[in-house]
Amino acid sequence: MVKAQSGNVWTEKATVMTERDMERVLRRIAVEIVERNKGLDDVVLLGIQRRGVHLAARLREIFKAEEKVKVPAGELDITLYRDDISTLADQPVVHSTSLPGDITGKRVVLVDDVLFTGRTIRAALDAITDLGRPERVQLAVLVDRGHRELPIAADYVGKTIPTSRSENVEVRVKELDGTDGVVICERNGGAEHGVEA
Amino acid sequence: MEWRHKDLISLEGWTREELHFFLEQADYMEELMNRPIKKVPALRGKMVVNCFFENSTRTRVSFELAEKMLSADVVNWSASGSSTSKGETLRDTVWTLEAMGADAVVVRHGAVGVPDYLSKKLHRASVFNAGDGTNGHPTQALLDLHSARKKLGNLDGAKMAMIGDVLHSRVARSDIQAFRKMGVSVTLSGPATLMPEDTGSLGVEYVSDAREAARGADILYFLRIQRERQEDGLIPSIDEYHRRWGATDSLVALASPKAAVMHPGPMNRGVEIASSVADGPNSVILGQVRSGVAVRMALLYLCLGGAR
Repeated sequence: MVKAQSGNVWTEKATVMTERDMERVLRRIAVEIVERNKGLDDVVLLGIQRRGVHLAARLREIFKAEEKVKVPAGELDITLYRDDISTLADQPVVHSTSLPGDITGKRVVLVDDVLFTGRTIRAALDAITDLGRPERVQLAVLVDRGHRELPIAADYVGKTIPTSRSENVEVRVKELDGTDGVVICERNGGAEHGVEA
Repeated sequence: MEWRHKDLISLEGWTREELHFFLEQADYMEELMNRPIKKVPALRGKMVVNCFFENSTRTRVSFELAEKMLSADVVNWSASGSSTSKGETLRDTVWTLEAMGADAVVVRHGAVGVPDYLSKKLHRASVFNAGDGTNGHPTQALLDLHSARKKLGNLDGAKMAMIGDVLHSRVARSDIQAFRKMGVSVTLSGPATLMPEDTGSLGVEYVSDAREAARGADILYFLRIQRERQEDGLIPSIDEYHRRWGATDSLVALASPKAAVMHPGPMNRGVEIASSVADGPNSVILGQVRSGVAVRMALLYLCLGGAR
């Protein structure tokens, strides 16, 4: 059974992205989003709580500076859609969901920090279905660490990082963690199951 | 925060930090009420039984909506026509419900202490007190905190005037406990015949003049007056009650300009509250109803989750 992260001791193993790497990667993703959608018409950014929200805000800033377009951005909390609620020792904390308007007919770009099992994205897709009917949904992630348990793939990937399940990929953002960057941590004792970041 | 409560019998054991955390979770639950599809799968597969041994419409409907919005399976068990009238004991009734797979029992009963008793008898299921006699109504207190906080922001240091029939009110008992816990000072007012003897031990003050209680208050809480109280000789007449302790525009004018006017419902317009106040700019009475669904969702979500 996957236990709450607080019960484990994690040691930092390696830095895989610095502040500058993160900035560069986000700029590249921004360019790809513009290319793929032939502009930014009808594009809506939807950040997944909690770090995805801040990454979506960064993308929004880049679009504002480079494309002179204010892309609507919202935040999505998927807690109430998780499929593991009855197996966790404690109820996961609920965060806010707020949309910048009706998403029906829009091109929603979901933004998350780490793509791992794919279960978060499955939950996010269910949540979106309850909120409206976008024309299409795309997925942007800063890190894809593998170990998918569902048939889900990202449209925009910052960096693919092969990991073992006893490792954890931690994305840090200034707004929550005081610093930008990505580190790999290893659980002491190296148990067999990882924890989704 | 690690949530440590499985039941809600009374708010006595809840800390102020827990109340803050809980109210914030309720804020996010309230967001769901604005969505086109007001339903999330969080409690799919959980069975909740609403066991109402006393009449109630708003509390039962509010719990039922909260349960349905979280996708729990809902069963309503009403006392009339049930096995209780055939002589089954309360304990056997809830054991039966648990054997049928109930994960939670929401109970309202005319007798004090029934939810507490049931929580000790049930092996696995959560118990939520939806009102027991004149003892307590903790989810009402939670929804009152939620809507007062929405209107006023921080409640710490706020002043509340609670006016009306405190003696027979379980709402009063739970609210006094909860608001004091959040740092609110409470002053009671109403006919002396409708006051408990132990106002001092509740940590509240009593003044007979409603104007004195209302002056400068941030929250004006009006309790329901049952018309039967006049026949019992506890109030002189409905008219006089309304004049001296009812929510009138002139009474509300004495409170802080942004004061929240609250009432647990159902209202007796023209008795404990004038229509102009009930529908006026300070009234948060319909907000209380919305908060009711939100706090019950938060309660169900936090207490029913987790591996058992």
